[in-house]
Amino acid sequence: MAARALARNPRFVFGALVLLALVLVAAFAPWLAPHDPMEQSLLNQLLPPRWVAGGDPSFLLGTDTLGRDLLSRMIYGTRPALMVMVLGATLSGLVGVLLGMLAGYFGGWLDTAVSRTVDTFMSFPPMLLAIVLAAAMGPGLNTVVISVGLIGWTRFCRVVRGEVLALREQEFVTSALTIGESRLRILFHELLPNLLPLVIVLLGLEMGRAIVVEAIMSFIGFSSSGLATWGAIIADARSYINQAWWAMTYPIMAIIVAVLGLNALGDGLRQATDPVLQR
Amino acid sequence: MSPALLLRRLLLAIPTMFGVALVVFVLLRVVPGDPIAMMMPGEATPEDIARLRASYGLDKSIAHQFVLYLGQLARGDFGVSISLKQNVLSLVLGRLPATLELAFVSMALSIFLGFGLALSATYWRASWVENLVDGINSIALAIPEFLWAMLLILAFAVLMPVFPISGRIDPMRATVFTTQFYLFESIAKGEFALAGELLAHLALPAIALALPLVAVIARVLKSSLQEVMVQDYILLARVKGFSDLRILVREALPNALLPTITLTGVHFIFLVGGTVLVELIFSYPGIGNMLFGAASNRDLPLIQGVTIVFALVFILLNIAIELTYALVNPRLRH
Repeated sequence: MAARALARNPRFVFGALVLLALVLVAAFAPWLAPHDPMEQSLLNQLLPPRWVAGGDPSFLLGTDTLGRDLLSRMIYGTRPALMVMVLGATLSGLVGVLLGMLAGYFGGWLDTAVSRTVDTFMSFPPMLLAIVLAAAMGPGLNTVVISVGLIGWTRFCRVVRGEVLALREQEFVTSALTIGESRLRILFHELLPNLLPLVIVLLGLEMGRAIVVEAIMSFIGFSSSGLATWGAIIADARSYINQAWWAMTYPIMAIIVAVLGLNALGDGLRQATDPVLQR
Repeated sequence: MSPALLLRRLLLAIPTMFGVALVVFVLLRVVPGDPIAMMMPGEATPEDIARLRASYGLDKSIAHQFVLYLGQLARGDFGVSISLKQNVLSLVLGRLPATLELAFVSMALSIFLGFGLALSATYWRASWVENLVDGINSIALAIPEFLWAMLLILAFAVLMPVFPISGRIDPMRATVFTTQFYLFESIAKGEFALAGELLAHLALPAIALALPLVAVIARVLKSSLQEVMVQDYILLARVKGFSDLRILVREALPNALLPTITLTGVHFIFLVGGTVLVELIFSYPGIGNMLFGAASNRDLPLIQGVTIVFALVFILLNIAIELTYALVNPRLRH
């Protein structure tokens, strides 16, 4: 029944298609890309897209100042984007949900400690935290993934803590305690399943944010410099924007579609699986 | 907000600031990398390096360094920048006005546009205007400010070159300013051509920052306006024969303001945080850009200084916003 509800939910279908496309393109990048994304060719600098006069049929979207094929760079760019999206969102989700559950359920000094830490992290602008981390760790994909985690965990933590506070006084929790279930069992068997719809939506939003953070970090040069990333394409394109304005539009459009798709995916999943919304 | 409550909020800021200092300090020191070796020329001897390291206090244990650092902070001493060789506090305070002007201009822009959109959508309810406003809102909210910045560069600097895409002022101009608040100073002195040039440089970064907030303000204000517009006293005003515009602006708007003010406060904080990235994209010389330079040079004292000043601004803004709520909402005063 849930599956049928999902298939009828346009937001879920749109989001799932975007995610599927991302995964497929990333997985089959070597077969899909017509050129090596790093291969430079001084003869083919700044070619316009194929459908514009002067375009070369073998470079569908044109080339950059170093003569690298933009289509191939876009295709390979899905790999770091997907990696940061999955690892970064999982990292922030794991840390945030775990700390939020413990703080909400046990209260007391643990809650105070977690809440003060959340306050501290939220008194940094997010990009500032990422830049400080990049200064410490040096540029690279690891830095980007950990930045996403550092920025994102507080959002999970706050929401989950509040939800647990509301849930822990409900009858199914108090009766589980009465029949002698251990507190850990209650946390993971009674509370966690009830938190899942919420966590799924948050994960969808976080994956969208992670893609943007990845683009920003590679745009400012804090991601791995040896990779073709969407952010790096934007940064390069900005430097030759007066000669080839179109180069910037591909990664921008790709990121917008990815973000909209991932947000829709989380929303659609919740609409289709939340029993309250089904009625 | 009572004075006791205000005092409590201010005192609570101290542990948060302590936490901020600790997080940054630990982040910057637990990871390998040697800023001192990087800033020395290749022919430096190990003795030279050791001497320089000791002069920045980097030869002591991390805990020892942190205690020393807290002591300095408490005395208002932020240290000396490694790459710029100047006092960190005066460097940061010299750049802060540029960031504050950017935040102020984009805040003013968001309020102006947000109110304009909400009022026109309510005035022309159930027409294409309302649909257009709703459409603009959804698009403005869905696209993150980083991409807005890029789209604005494409649209207004390349396809239609109207605004400059980098800097704060034309570098060829040799104007001498007494304060770092260039825009406010030029307006106060009545030099409107100069103010216009400064505003043109501010336009794209300010719009990129403002767009998400425009959407939030327009959406919330529109929905409270529509709740108010069906109240009896609006009907009474209509019966009295007041014009639609007067009813909207004089009768409905004041009663619909509260939720918008509350939300605008929260989002203003996000806007100030967003300046870091937008300054980088538009090479705008505020403290966000300074932080980026400091990070590229691994200039530890400067990174710490910028971060702590930024966090302090954040915390003070939060308290100021709570005070404003208490002023506009009598129910929160006690």
